[in-house]
Amino acid sequence: MNNLSVDHLIGIKGLSKEDIELIFTTADSFKQVINRPIKKVPSLRDITIANLFFENSTRTRLSFELAEKRLSADVVNFSAASSSVKKGETLIDTVNNILAMKVDLVVMRHPNPGAAKFLSERIGARVINAGDGTHEHPTQALLDAYSIREKLGEDFKGKKVVIVGDIKHSRVALSNIFCLQKLGAEVMVCGPTTLIPKHIHELGVKVEHNLRRALEWCDVANMLRIQLERQDIQFFPSLREYTMMYGLDKELLDSLEKKIIVMHPGPINRGVEISSDVADSAQSIILDQVENGVAVRMAVIYLLASQINR
Amino acid sequence: MDKRTILNSKHFEITLNRLASQLKENHQSFENTILIGLQPRGIHVLTRIQRILEADLKQEIKCGQLDITFYRDDFRRREQPIIPSVTNIDFIIENKNVVLIDDVLFSGRTIRAGLDALLAFGRPNRVELLTFIDRRFERHLPIQPDYTGKVVDTLSSQRVSVEWSELEGEDKVVLFTEDK
Repeated sequence: MNNLSVDHLIGIKGLSKEDIELIFTTADSFKQVINRPIKKVPSLRDITIANLFFENSTRTRLSFELAEKRLSADVVNFSAASSSVKKGETLIDTVNNILAMKVDLVVMRHPNPGAAKFLSERIGARVINAGDGTHEHPTQALLDAYSIREKLGEDFKGKKVVIVGDIKHSRVALSNIFCLQKLGAEVMVCGPTTLIPKHIHELGVKVEHNLRRALEWCDVANMLRIQLERQDIQFFPSLREYTMMYGLDKELLDSLEKKIIVMHPGPINRGVEISSDVADSAQSIILDQVENGVAVRMAVIYLLASQINR
Repeated sequence: MDKRTILNSKHFEITLNRLASQLKENHQSFENTILIGLQPRGIHVLTRIQRILEADLKQEIKCGQLDITFYRDDFRRREQPIIPSVTNIDFIIENKNVVLIDDVLFSGRTIRAGLDALLAFGRPNRVELLTFIDRRFERHLPIQPDYTGKVVDTLSSQRVSVEWSELEGEDKVVLFTEDK
């Protein structure tokens, strides 16, 4: 199978295992490309892509923009902070105006869950979800799984991954759970009771409230950022207390029997969910994740764009 | 489907040896020369010629494998996207003499993409083209080989397939003709 089963990338939930594997093998080729002296291929030279960011982002936006440019696509950027959205324009109007300028593909981040799906059902362009509220962030999950695959091999069966932190507000957690499970890995979530959704076990994940026990179980620990901006009420007494209970430091990491892999989707709150010496240690693959992000996004864009017929 | 062998294994070997000799004639010590096979099937021509040259000259011949998928001009004009193969060029080709190698030269579009892809690895001094089979009347672009194994006159509805003992069990070239 050389084609994705979907027209838009809204979430990992809608992808098949074969889709994910196709994205990975394509990303392997793009990883070679971005490590060449000339990091660019001409595949998408007649495609125009709009990056619509209704919510702040640095890393994801840069990563998407680089991916698009390395595929030779024309890129327009849009951020809500400096736009007519502030003047009261609706999402559909904003996007239709941009599409009237002949855009083929839209990458969108939006604070409302479901925004990407809503858009994909109403416009003619392909949509890639770059994060919609607390729902999904599919490309992050893909690059996380791709980075794990790079370290631990292609077969995810029996691999154990724990996601630590704010599961409740995290789109990264949800997409990661779907992605890893589809690939055959076992997933555990770990965090304070207040930050773990009540019915999460129905997704087939293990739940653990003790960080040490979770780390002893896993091969990979994905430490999520505490998203204070999404928390309208206090979910734990203080950051200091959170760090004491759920922060990963060198002492804890070194006391484990096996050498686990440490991941973080960024941006890191150094000294909160992860200490500086862990973030910079040999077991951390945080910067590999960033590098792989460009290759994986190139693969997603390439595969979706290949379905656009002129 | 009519199937006709146009090159048997004996002549296949003679042809490969002749191509290797022609390369030797023009490149002598291969000091500044790199052989690059085009993925997927040009790699087999490359491997055989490399083997002949290395046995003969008793030295290592620098070789690479180039995938041109992302440089094709028919992206989005096909039903299915092509899955890329591995590119394996771990050197810079700046100022080198490059011999591009493929199995069948048909429209010339693959070679055009190959020339484009090659530039991502530096500016070569000179690029030559070696093809095992040249379907000479089917070109869409002004591209001609410098070294040819066998010239075949074909209709565009026909298909030429170079088969290898390591893949298909026997070295031969087969011409397929659709039944009318």
